[in-house]
Amino acid sequence: MTYTLGKNQLDSIENVLKKDLIDLGVQCVFLIDMAGNIIADLHQAEIIHDIYSLAALAAGNFGAVNAMAKIIGENEFSLLFHKGKNENIHFSKVSQDFLLITIFGNHISLGFLRLKVNEVIEKVKNTIEPS
Amino acid sequence: MAFINQKNKEVQVKIVYYGPGRGGKTTNLEYVYKKFNHRIKTEMVTIKTQGDRTLFFDFLPFNIGKIKGYDVKIQLYTVPGQVKYNATRALVLRGVDGIVFVADAMTVRKEKNILSLNNLYENLEFYKKDIKQIPLVMQYNKMDLAEQGIPLLSFENLEQMLNSDIKAPAFKASALKGINVVQTMKKIIYMTFISLQKELE
Repeated sequence: MTYTLGKNQLDSIENVLKKDLIDLGVQCVFLIDMAGNIIADLHQAEIIHDIYSLAALAAGNFGAVNAMAKIIGENEFSLLFHKGKNENIHFSKVSQDFLLITIFGNHISLGFLRLKVNEVIEKVKNTIEPS
Repeated sequence: MAFINQKNKEVQVKIVYYGPGRGGKTTNLEYVYKKFNHRIKTEMVTIKTQGDRTLFFDFLPFNIGKIKGYDVKIQLYTVPGQVKYNATRALVLRGVDGIVFVADAMTVRKEKNILSLNNLYENLEFYKKDIKQIPLVMQYNKMDLAEQGIPLLSFENLEQMLNSDIKAPAFKASALKGINVVQTMKKIIYMTFISLQKELE
């Protein structure tokens, strides 16, 4: 299966990610599909990460955790959070095929981030899969 | 699940190296990484066990330049070959666009090749993909071991055993010595692109 996203869709997704997450101080945000492809990535000017490897590992990690969920009788764990000393990473499922990943420092509270991520997911979902 | 980005004129394609454990999948990627080091900007990602076996996958992103005006990014993956890691193998196959089946030409590994190919068939079926429809290249690895007098299955034998039904292009190879590693990769990239062509027009 191959899928295509047009310029308008990608512009709209990037605008949402920028306004609702990057402008609030999130270090890095990227939208990927479950195959590990990168759909959009935005980051603060000074941040340089190997996003292709991050995306591949994130998709694998999310898949592995979902497989664990099934073993214990859950349908899925729709969000994941890893805490570091200075940086944290948050994974949230957008839909069956897409995943939103945010990397953020300790100056942003997890609760606030989750709130914003939930808003972003609704907007992104409408752009990728219009009802 | 190839992704076509119309904004950046970029295509991302996922190619998975599949096959029995200790067959040479990781060695294929390591050779590509070494050979094209100047063109690969990032490190190869490997998730290994303590015993140096692939636990989850290896990953190598690879930019091959432009095709039909699109910047083409190939993502090469391997799966863990050991039978017990089927859950992770199935995860890595998600969204696959092209497959290289790395068979082990040693006579003692005959059964392991067949089991692994059957397992690939089943895992693709889970994603509603047909092994005969998806771009696939067969690679018969470890052919260099003949020099050391190790009994090997012949090319014809391997073809008959693994490829008589699928009829995929096949290469005799030595991943360790780099024989036909690049040719295998070029072939699978070419075949995957042929299958994407309609979407790029």
